[in-house]
Amino acid sequence: MPKLKDIAKACKSKNAGPFELTLDIIFEDAATFDKVRRTGVINPGLIAALYHVPVEAVVFTEYPPANAYKATIERRIASGAVGDTDVYGAQQHAPLLDVEIPI
Amino acid sequence: MKIDAVRMISASGILGYGFPESSLKAGLARQPHMIGVDGGSSDPGPYYLGSGKTFTNRLAIKRDMSLLLRGAIANAIPMMIGTCGGAGGEPHLQTCAEILREIAREHGLHFKLALIHAEQDKGWLKARLAAGRIHPLGAAAPLTAAVIDRAERIVGMMGPEPHRAALAAGAQVILAGRGTDPAPWAALAMHHGMPPAQSWFAGKMLECACNAALPKKHDCLMATVTPDYVEAEPLNPELRCTPLSVAVQALHENSSPIIHKEPGGLLDTSGCEIKAHTERAVRVAGMQWHPQPYTIKLEGAEKVGFSAITFAGTRDPGLIGQLDSFMRSIRESVAIKVAAFDISPEQYRLVLRLYGKNGVMGDWEPLQNALSHEIGILAEAVAKTQDIANAVVSVARVTLLHTDFPGRLCKEGNMAFPFSPSDIERGALYEFSLRHVVEPDDPCQMFPIEYVNV
Repeated sequence: MPKLKDIAKACKSKNAGPFELTLDIIFEDAATFDKVRRTGVINPGLIAALYHVPVEAVVFTEYPPANAYKATIERRIASGAVGDTDVYGAQQHAPLLDVEIPI
Repeated sequence: MKIDAVRMISASGILGYGFPESSLKAGLARQPHMIGVDGGSSDPGPYYLGSGKTFTNRLAIKRDMSLLLRGAIANAIPMMIGTCGGAGGEPHLQTCAEILREIAREHGLHFKLALIHAEQDKGWLKARLAAGRIHPLGAAAPLTAAVIDRAERIVGMMGPEPHRAALAAGAQVILAGRGTDPAPWAALAMHHGMPPAQSWFAGKMLECACNAALPKKHDCLMATVTPDYVEAEPLNPELRCTPLSVAVQALHENSSPIIHKEPGGLLDTSGCEIKAHTERAVRVAGMQWHPQPYTIKLEGAEKVGFSAITFAGTRDPGLIGQLDSFMRSIRESVAIKVAAFDISPEQYRLVLRLYGKNGVMGDWEPLQNALSHEIGILAEAVAKTQDIANAVVSVARVTLLHTDFPGRLCKEGNMAFPFSPSDIERGALYEFSLRHVVEPDDPCQMFPIEYVNV
């Protein structure tokens, strides 16, 4: 079964302001995006489980114009605060890469 | 004079990131109505807002600004820069104004300059707080006067209105403090009579310049705004905008690609049609602007202490095999040794980042049991004074090096330190301390404009 890292064109994380982290999963074309969508695997519950946040705290958007999903969550620690590990939030995407997509 | 289409350039992602001079030249040949560039971001963290320093280099800022300023003056069009100097506080704005004056002197340029200030008066903010006109965002707690007092610096993120006021007053060059990224372009388009939805959308597209193009580069983007559509086209012939590249830009650094919260309203792109106009230009139509009560987002940075770090690596399988218990014993041992200096536990924090284990993701790391053959240890002490931070990190270094553990074979030292000296003072440490909006009396109230004939 393919994993996201095998079929996504981009799978990335970045700050959305100092207190939030936003995850983008982008596919090459509408056909791939539609196939992934039909599986229903990528949903707020998945993000909540992977990042240990309550599901109601996930701002989740399907965005067909970019063949993309976006999920925004609270950062673990505010950007640059004591104990932070990732000021730009650019390396928090890895848990998504191994998500299996039954297509 | 009524304008049917407003052409605007964004020079680069951020002032000082650079762009090819040929792209700017190509843009100027198309008779744009302004050249703009975004000067900042909160992305590099709280240090810059707190310390007053710029995060792009002075030489890089000067190079970009000089080309833009000379291009604008030669073509008698405005040059507009938002969030000057990275964080858009008063020292950041003044650094950019000083560079601007230096360029003007060197090239004998004369123009009317508007400096739009964004740093906020704490007394005014506390009065607003007392009047119930400051509200928390997201998971933030309600603001308190103490948080305002402790902040090193607080800025408001201006909308387009102060820029519009400066344009109406005849300013040709506008240097602004902290603002929402699209503000300069949204203002220029609305100044020429374009509707808010199209104007804001153009600003959104332009704020990161050729981030909306393929291949992504620090390069110049042109947007053409009409009442019906917004067109985006890169000015470097090697780059192109496609419907997908423009759509992907909508995902960049925000919480939703469809609803963009801005001062005074929501930009709604749910009904957008994105179509290729040429092989390199894309037209977008159908964006909507929904007015909302006017609020200004606040950003503040608070000094939380001083930091010192040391970095070392271990290649010992015995130690790596019992890493968690080893680190526990390090913490215990450091605490005892530091207490002997009459430094109480409340006066410092020891932060241990373990690269090769979970140094990047911390508690979010799903692979909690995977270990590399070598582990990098970044030990940081954060304390009320630099002296205490230095003392704690020095103790941590020695303790990491010489602490015994069961089965230890590397009896001369547990760690490889790459540097001498091994300890590094990092100076003052700041945290973002505000996540709130304030209701001003009017959109320009918080952003005084100073006019100067340069």
